[in-house]
Amino acid sequence: MNIFVFVKRVPDTESKIRIDHKANKIIKDGLNFVLSPYDEYAVEEALRLREAHGGKVTVFSVGADEVNIILKKCLAMGADEAVLLKDDTPETYDGLRTAKIIAKVLKDKFMDYDLLLFGRLSIGADNGQVQTMVAQLLDLPQINVVTKLEIEGNQGTAYREIEGASEKVAFSLPAVLSAQKGLNEPRYETLKGIMMAKRKEIPVLPLEDLGMSAEELAPLMEVVNLESPPPRKAGTVFEGEAEAAAKKLAQFLHEEAKVI
Amino acid sequence: MVLVFIEVREGKVKKSSLEALSEGKRRADDLGAELHAVLIGHELDELAPECFSFGATKVHVLESTLLSQYSPSGFSRALKELVEELKPMVIFFAASSMGKDLAPRLAAWLNVGLATDCTETGIKDGRLTVVRPIFAGNVFATMVFKASPQIATLRPNVFPLVDPVDAKGEAAKKNVEITEDQVKDAVQEIMREEGSELDVTEAEILISGGRGLKGPENFNLLRELASILPRSAVGASRSAVDSGWIDHQNQVGQTGKTVSPNLYMAFGISGAIQHVAGMSSSKVIVAVNKDPDAPILKLADFGVVGDLFKVIPPLKEELKKIFAD
Repeated sequence: MNIFVFVKRVPDTESKIRIDHKANKIIKDGLNFVLSPYDEYAVEEALRLREAHGGKVTVFSVGADEVNIILKKCLAMGADEAVLLKDDTPETYDGLRTAKIIAKVLKDKFMDYDLLLFGRLSIGADNGQVQTMVAQLLDLPQINVVTKLEIEGNQGTAYREIEGASEKVAFSLPAVLSAQKGLNEPRYETLKGIMMAKRKEIPVLPLEDLGMSAEELAPLMEVVNLESPPPRKAGTVFEGEAEAAAKKLAQFLHEEAKVI
Repeated sequence: MVLVFIEVREGKVKKSSLEALSEGKRRADDLGAELHAVLIGHELDELAPECFSFGATKVHVLESTLLSQYSPSGFSRALKELVEELKPMVIFFAASSMGKDLAPRLAAWLNVGLATDCTETGIKDGRLTVVRPIFAGNVFATMVFKASPQIATLRPNVFPLVDPVDAKGEAAKKNVEITEDQVKDAVQEIMREEGSELDVTEAEILISGGRGLKGPENFNLLRELASILPRSAVGASRSAVDSGWIDHQNQVGQTGKTVSPNLYMAFGISGAIQHVAGMSSSKVIVAVNKDPDAPILKLADFGVVGDLFKVIPPLKEELKKIFAD
């Protein structure tokens, strides 16, 4: 089975995000960047499928050279190959632009695949659109937010999380799937894996070589302003005996906030 | 024209779709435009009047037995054809599981941008502007669209419902021309989780627990509170989920779900950045924590420094009293 996994480098979840208001950008200095958490589940699932069915796992990322760090991590986890789709354009918050790049690469250069795996969402931009757009551009079935996956020959069954329930979807390969927490427990990189990843060449495919027009690559969304959410007004803090606290709290909910 | 996709689950219109329809009504009024709604599936005609009462003047009922179960490839094909015919300026979806699954497929098909999980919309110079939380709510991005239709998914529980009116409109039924091979990813079965009536994203009151609960069995204390409070659900912090005390479905935060209930009750949750990111847009926040320095107490409208195991039993009695009156 030939599996492609698409990953993104994002600030970790503990990052304190600061805004450059003049440039309408997030200040990158001081941020700690990681492989987007949901992408780890996608990589892990690809490795497990390879272990069960044989085949190859190739990891792709769209971004500047700094993205190599997360590609190395995926190699250290056990991926066979990694490819950098080199794009120096800063974050556009436009999922379709990224999806078009990926679809173009797959149409022109990497035509042979059985599964395209993504995380259900890249934290940061919080869009969760790229995988679905790729599915549409390539006319493939899509199953998002997958918590369980079974593959048998060229047929698959996936369970996807919805509000208070899960949906069972049957599909034919090739298909686009996005991973949700709970799908698996991602493995740690082994020392041997890290050493091998260090030596491994990561081929670079520059955006310019894809023959995409400026029009195709122009973002269709524009960020006109970034700001921090307004701080919440300071509330009441009650310290005292539990019975009294419960009474005060209930009173607050019923009479003051009127939410109960 | 403003077009709103109406999601149907178990034969009923989802509340989050009515919220999207209500917001669609407000934007259509700003634009002096018509408000249309679209239903997709099999035998949905009887749901059209509900759309009229929330402001739609026309409801498109796209009918096919092949679309009786949700499929992103099938539904997006039906929608795309309607959109090409109607040429709406704005299309809203609820940012529900279905909306978030379907809207990107439609946007890619139409080659237009998509704003996900918006918490505010408006019209400026005849164009749609949206605000969407990014970095899990640590930043609010105001965005505009470079192409039309302008498509946005709207976060559930954020947009107020318009008062329903007794209105009539036109229901336009249309058979969708679609073949079996064009439906590539249809849902075969929906498995409801035991005891989870409401999802954390849909609850109006969310009762969440963290590491301070000390063990899985103590989530029952929160479930007991939930049984008293209408339209409530039980949530959890990442550490409680990662400890295996409760399912990931219930996790609130950056690697869980983002919620904006009317009331968020945090028990034994310290308030790490990644948790706060998922719940800071809640309308009212209350917290009970033993540690007077817990960050959650600075965020709470009403905070109690105390032992949650001692506070919950009398709180339960107080709440029962309120509901008995």
